[in-house]
Amino acid sequence: MTEVVAEAKGPEREENLNTAEAGYQSLKERFPDAVSDDAREGYSGILVDATHLPEVATAIRDELGYDYLSSATAVDHLGLEGECLEMVYHAYRTSGGPALVFKAQTDRSAAEIPSVTPVWPGADFQEREAWDLFGIQFPGHPNLKRILLWEGFDGHPLRKDWREPYYEEEHKPFDSRWPGGKVFRAEETNLFGKNVQYPDDFDLGQLADVSDEALYSGLGLGVNVEPLANGSSNGLQTDTIVVNMGPHHPSTHGVFRMVTELRGETIHSLEPVMGYLHRNHEKIGERNAWLHNMPFTDRLDYISSMGNNLGYALAVEQLMSRGARYKAPPYRAEVIRVLMAELTRIVNHLWAVGFLLNDLGAFFTPMLYANNTREKILDVFEAAAGSRLMCNYMRFGGVYKDIPERLRSVANLVNDKIRDLDFMQFLGELVRDAIPRAIDELDDLLTENEILRTRCEGVGILPAETAIAYSTAGPLLRASGVAYDVRRAEPYSIYPDLDFAVCTRPNGDIYDRYLIRIDEMRESVKILKQILPLLEQTAGQEIMPGGKPGAYMPRVPVGEAYGRVENPKGELGYYVVSAGDPKGPQNPWRYHIRATSFINLTVLGTLCQGHKVADVVTILGSIDIVLGEVDR
Amino acid sequence: MYGQGILRGLRITLMHFFRTYLDDLRYGLRKFSSNENFAQRQGPQARGVFTVQYPDEKLAVPERFRFIPFLIVEDYDHPERPGHDWCTSCGICAKVCPPQCIWIVRETDPQTGRPKPEPEAFFIDIDICMNCGYCAEFCPFDAIKMDHDYEMASYDRTSHHIFDKEKLSKELRYWRTIAPTTAYEEMLARGGWEHSDVIKERKKEARNAQKVPRAERLAAQEEAGTAAANGADEAAAVAEPVAAEGTSEDPEQARREQKRAEMKARLAARRAAKKSN
Ligand code: SF4
Ligand code: SF4
Repeated sequence: MTEVVAEAKGPEREENLNTAEAGYQSLKERFPDAVSDDAREGYSGILVDATHLPEVATAIRDELGYDYLSSATAVDHLGLEGECLEMVYHAYRTSGGPALVFKAQTDRSAAEIPSVTPVWPGADFQEREAWDLFGIQFPGHPNLKRILLWEGFDGHPLRKDWREPYYEEEHKPFDSRWPGGKVFRAEETNLFGKNVQYPDDFDLGQLADVSDEALYSGLGLGVNVEPLANGSSNGLQTDTIVVNMGPHHPSTHGVFRMVTELRGETIHSLEPVMGYLHRNHEKIGERNAWLHNMPFTDRLDYISSMGNNLGYALAVEQLMSRGARYKAPPYRAEVIRVLMAELTRIVNHLWAVGFLLNDLGAFFTPMLYANNTREKILDVFEAAAGSRLMCNYMRFGGVYKDIPERLRSVANLVNDKIRDLDFMQFLGELVRDAIPRAIDELDDLLTENEILRTRCEGVGILPAETAIAYSTAGPLLRASGVAYDVRRAEPYSIYPDLDFAVCTRPNGDIYDRYLIRIDEMRESVKILKQILPLLEQTAGQEIMPGGKPGAYMPRVPVGEAYGRVENPKGELGYYVVSAGDPKGPQNPWRYHIRATSFINLTVLGTLCQGHKVADVVTILGSIDIVLGEVDR
Repeated sequence: MYGQGILRGLRITLMHFFRTYLDDLRYGLRKFSSNENFAQRQGPQARGVFTVQYPDEKLAVPERFRFIPFLIVEDYDHPERPGHDWCTSCGICAKVCPPQCIWIVRETDPQTGRPKPEPEAFFIDIDICMNCGYCAEFCPFDAIKMDHDYEMASYDRTSHHIFDKEKLSKELRYWRTIAPTTAYEEMLARGGWEHSDVIKERKKEARNAQKVPRAERLAAQEEAGTAAANGADEAAAVAEPVAAEGTSEDPEQARREQKRAEMKARLAARRAAKKSN
């Protein structure tokens, strides 16, 4: 049943490398006035004159074949060379290979860059985010509204001159902590009394208006609130009604809201509304020092924190590798990283399948069966990293500590139950026995179940072209038949040496998205079985370069890097920029997360059109989002 | 045939149901009595569902488990420096703390006005602490460690959740109880169970001693020997893995063996205590 696409390796990859350079060359030839090299130290790619961006973008997609826009984000260069706002785009080919990076700059005071959403619809939410957080206008965008913050928010917080109400200093570590650390509570020093600021001319009264019209009028895309406003009934025809789901709704996996316009039972249009869990992760990240961010990444997609750690470590290592004294992570560290990343994939997919069934109405039985095994994997995480969910396990150059000898629990409370198991034995039994058994059992329990099949087959179909155009990633993309997996397309760590297949499914419906997760768990087990002997072979070897723990304030050379990993939910990317600093570059100038869950939601509206309300819940469940990552 | 898939699924649910009871029968009343059984039922080979009845029972957390940090002080019955802070107020933990929830006041010598290597005050806002473990990882003096006590709910956060030095301080003995292996590894890296400054001081003395005549050197060595013996005595309540070293060809193995024996003994003692209650 599984369709396996063999992956091209070796020479082809080199060719791809060449084509990235060739791509820049041909663009420069075609648009001599609009395109130039990005010559800044540590930067790569090309600068595109903003006014010509749509043509160049179209050429990149159609002529050079970069059909997949992975990431689009902004950087504020206040105080740096050029003093501009810059949009940075990373485009890939779904056939694999490195990125084509292009950038467009604009003036800070009247920031405006043509939208690329008509070229890659996947840029939709990302451009809205850039407008929301940086205040860049995108002419040509269909619905340029704030996406994460509320309408009355004062300013654009990721601009370097914006300061939060709790502002203390530009960068951590704060001087007030040591040596004269007089303790205080940040919320008591807040200028605003409450953690809210809004423009002087903002009418707070409009918040008191709870009429339907007011509740929905802030929304744009597609949902037509007209019928609500005039209350007209048109005889015997079906009424159009607007139904709001969430933010507090058991099916939304968190505080997530969907506004739907219904014709009868059928969805005419749907708009996702998010940001309820927004904490401006990226601003926090830019106040932080490099290492500080590692535990914060745990809080993104908190189901797969090991994968988040890995992505961030890879991105920063990419930057650090430009330094003179950089040492790559030792082999054992890479083995442990892949071990953790693959266990995370299983954890996540067990969770996703379990909750998909919850969304289908099979309350908690499949979910608890899946969780039973998940808990045991979390035992492994807890023994190695010290925490079940917030692992904070990876470091720049390696991992925090070697895997322990015993999965030991030590009692310190009177009625504690103690366990003392051999770690490798526990892991071995888990990988060879318990996990495959659990996967088979889920497969047996669910795959042939007629109710599940009726509900899922042919529902929420996502054609391959749409999936690519909307920049969807991970199981969502592969269930539509696109064999795109970062582990193969742009391999990192020790994945090139491992034998596994990139699973795909042809139909792109909910059922295929369920099946692909089962397939991927099986592939992960296959990887884990290859990892186990490697772990034994490398036992006792160092896990950090030189066997020493890394510096607590690592120096990171100036430049930019985009590190991406195939996280369980899809491609997770970190775009980091290091700028000089008199004391040495210690803080990220830009710390951006290409959040899979967030970008995968771009397609939700399209996916739900024409389906019933009950299907919306399942479609959302099959995308598999985590609000910690969506809202950041 | 339509419905076959459903029936198959039902069989699995039923199996789950029975397995739980089969397992209960297999382990019978010993279910809660022995640690081996417990570990088995919580291990990867377990079938059926087996829950831990929190808060009547708790799953002991592994050594690396991290919750709010605490400060290590010398044991209160330490012969030379009872209750002395291990923290030298170097400030590294305050700098490396991602949410910046550590506040340290460095002590100054009132006479010379120079900073002393001791904290005058030490605060952690446990509402802000994200339990990342960086402070423990990067402290060069092994003076701050992650605790295992996670039951710290209170009714009012504003009055209870900024921990001061008094609330944060715990004896070294406690750390050796909750994380014996880690504490042992750290001891090896430092070169003894004492604070690294004390060890450095000792080494300096020993170096000086080499310059003095042989008789005096012997006396000094004897003295050091007694100090070590004192240390061993005082820690008799907890694991003493150093003693195991040298007696076996494989120190690691011996240590593990001994640890297990101790754990069993400790548990037996605890059970006995519980029964007598
Ligand atoms: S790092 Fe250690 S010694 Fe330095 S201030 Fe913190 S606890 Fe004290
Ligand atoms: S555990 Fe992390 S957040 Fe908590 S005090 Fe230590 S460094 Fe700070």
